[in-house]
Amino acid sequence: MPIDLPTIWAGIIAFAVLAYVVLDGFDLGVGILFPFFPARKDRDVMTNSIAPVWDGNETWLVLGGGGLMAVFPLVYATVLPALYMPIIAMLLGLIFRGVAFEFRWRTQRASQYWDHGFWIGSTLAGFTQGIALGALVQGIHIADRQYAGGWWDWLTPFSLLTGVAVVVGYALLGACWLNLKTSGDIQARARRLAMITGVLMLVLIGAVSLWSPFINEAYFERWFGWPTAFFSAFVPTLIAACAFALWHGLTTDKHLQPFLAALGLFVLSFVGLGISFYPYIVPGSLTIEEAAAPDSSLQFMLVGALVLVPAILAYTGYAYWVFRGKIDPDEGYH
Amino acid sequence: MTFGMTAEILARIQFAFTVSFHFIFPAFSIGTASYLAVLNGLWLWKRDPAYLKLFEYWKTIFAVTFGMGVVSGIVMSYQFGTNWSAFSEKAGAIIGPLMGYEVLTAFFLEAGFLGIALFGRKRVGDGLHMFAVVMVAVGTLISATWITSANSWMHTPAGFSIDGNGTFIPEDWWAIIFNPSFPYRLTHTVLAAFLTTAFAVGAVGAWHLLRNGTNRQAQIMFSMAMWMAAVVTPVQIFVGDLHGLNTLEHQPAKIAAMEGHYETHQDGAPLILFGIPDDDAETTHFALEIPKLGSLILTHKLDGAVQGLKEWAKQDRPPAIIPFFSFRIMVGIGFLMLGLGLWSLVSRWRKDLYTSTWLHRAAVVMGPSGFVAVLAGWYTTEVGRQPYTIYGLMRTSDSLSPVEAPAVGTSLLAFIIVYFLVFGAGVFYLLRLMRREPVLDEDHELDKGPHRAAGITPGPAQENPIREGLPNAD
Repeated sequence: MPIDLPTIWAGIIAFAVLAYVVLDGFDLGVGILFPFFPARKDRDVMTNSIAPVWDGNETWLVLGGGGLMAVFPLVYATVLPALYMPIIAMLLGLIFRGVAFEFRWRTQRASQYWDHGFWIGSTLAGFTQGIALGALVQGIHIADRQYAGGWWDWLTPFSLLTGVAVVVGYALLGACWLNLKTSGDIQARARRLAMITGVLMLVLIGAVSLWSPFINEAYFERWFGWPTAFFSAFVPTLIAACAFALWHGLTTDKHLQPFLAALGLFVLSFVGLGISFYPYIVPGSLTIEEAAAPDSSLQFMLVGALVLVPAILAYTGYAYWVFRGKIDPDEGYH
Repeated sequence: MTFGMTAEILARIQFAFTVSFHFIFPAFSIGTASYLAVLNGLWLWKRDPAYLKLFEYWKTIFAVTFGMGVVSGIVMSYQFGTNWSAFSEKAGAIIGPLMGYEVLTAFFLEAGFLGIALFGRKRVGDGLHMFAVVMVAVGTLISATWITSANSWMHTPAGFSIDGNGTFIPEDWWAIIFNPSFPYRLTHTVLAAFLTTAFAVGAVGAWHLLRNGTNRQAQIMFSMAMWMAAVVTPVQIFVGDLHGLNTLEHQPAKIAAMEGHYETHQDGAPLILFGIPDDDAETTHFALEIPKLGSLILTHKLDGAVQGLKEWAKQDRPPAIIPFFSFRIMVGIGFLMLGLGLWSLVSRWRKDLYTSTWLHRAAVVMGPSGFVAVLAGWYTTEVGRQPYTIYGLMRTSDSLSPVEAPAVGTSLLAFIIVYFLVFGAGVFYLLRLMRREPVLDEDHELDKGPHRAAGITPGPAQENPIREGLPNAD
């Protein structure tokens, strides 16, 4: 694996996407779980648990988009047209859930409509992100540096499965977050939901993992061929370990452990995708090297990223620290 | 769903629509963030609860505006890829890093400290809270800097080369960031954002003064806003003139469209006050002109030469009618703003700033003027750049994604419905927040009785609890 500028940047973009998926994943998950908490006061606590941090979480998505345009413009310019409809639907979903945070406090009468918007928007965003992932895994038809497929190429049984898998995964993260940040009845219900979504997620990880090697021979070779299979086998083993930690944490009333275990499941699934993709950035169509921007762009951005990303992690961590601990239902933020 | 239009036109309408909605939120939140920093600083310095009340009052309005700015901005960051992928592929190596730096230096800063600025005063204490408020304000200004640089580069590209694929390759980042129109455009845009906020704040203050002239909080916000109007508007007019001269140097066709000139005037161009430009007939109908004044403004000489649109081939000209009218709307509002600022100075001198009903009515009417001016100015410069996305180098028609018209038309319709629904509700909530009278907490109990006399502030013994917790849904 050569350590050159494009590879470093592929790593940074991958990190930004992963950061987005786990961070916005838990706050989208809180929205996805809204129907299981119909009481207004429960929903107040749930939104208050993410109100101070959701905006920062979603900024990783903007970095993923803006960063991709900066360092892999060819990927940005081919993948987004290919995923036109899921991306537009995701943006509309994010609009509804983003404004619902503020709007639900600004009205008594229409509050429940914004709560519906929060739920539907969160679910739609997760579902379309999953579809986008599935469509990317299947491959995108590129010719002459442009997207050359049709407008419905993204819609397949496989992409629908990954869409459902991401919604379930986000719900698991959200349930584990609520288990960490709330107490009493909300926490008890969140724990039960975490058990259900945890089992579902493991089933879906299994289904997606078994299906994808048959989509593309390169994946099959990577996962079942020698010697790569020796390394790839670590991923399922560690997933099993995380699954155990999740179950153990939930059944012994641990608050932080289930959340960390769920994060672990996401990180490992993401690493699994990386193993499948490398050295491609768009499977079968564009390698990391082919898609990279000129070195002058990569260098210019890298100088900033090396200084700024650690700084961002530091003050984001500080913001989480400031709002640590259980949410007090009587201390609304609004 | 194509509405009988091509993919290109639909994509342009979609971009214009989404960016117009997006632009009005940052235009307001840039100024409001700085205003909040000033208010919080005044509260910490003077410990006058009126400032704390004003901070809390505008903080809520800021939060709603900021949320709408964030979600409408995410749309923009993906639209370059969905609808304008050819532009992104060719120019991504230059535009992308500028926007990437905006995310890294500004968006994360704002988002990271916003939670603390809004909800964290009790948790972190006054000092760190103030720091967070300042970081949010600084973040909005850094953000404006990068995005204006990216936009300016599309008007006055510099510091690049073009390779065999037609891809723009960055050669000199300093030249790219500080491209020729950037300093003018940045100053003009940030001052516009400050003025937008000042006139919105002034209108809210005036509205409450019309109802209760003794409300000290309303007096303070009105006074602060009118100082901004009186001081910043003349500066803005001066900067706008410099920006215009810069445009004349680099994009003379845009100036010709703004001025409604089709013919080149070698010995002094008139200023067309009003008229109807007609691109097909290549003339401005019903032109009401002042001889030589156009040259005086643009070249600072009575007989300076000004180029007309006929200097360019028809397919290389911007359409004149939109820049012509939007420019006049912007300038007209600018002079109305100046007038209100001067009126407030006279009123202040005559000591009837808080009692002059007509001044307050005028300020209420001028409340939305900043938003209109910002959009009008934006249309002037962006339509004036046509038919190019990167001026002189890349045509708008070559920038489009390989999209089919029905896909763009359907998404456009979805954006229109969702934006009017969501942001319509948002503006309604904002207006409702602005309708609340900014009263101190003790005043709540007195609301039912007669209003308090003016100028009485609580003594030091009276505690003023910092209340950020209570839900204030109505």
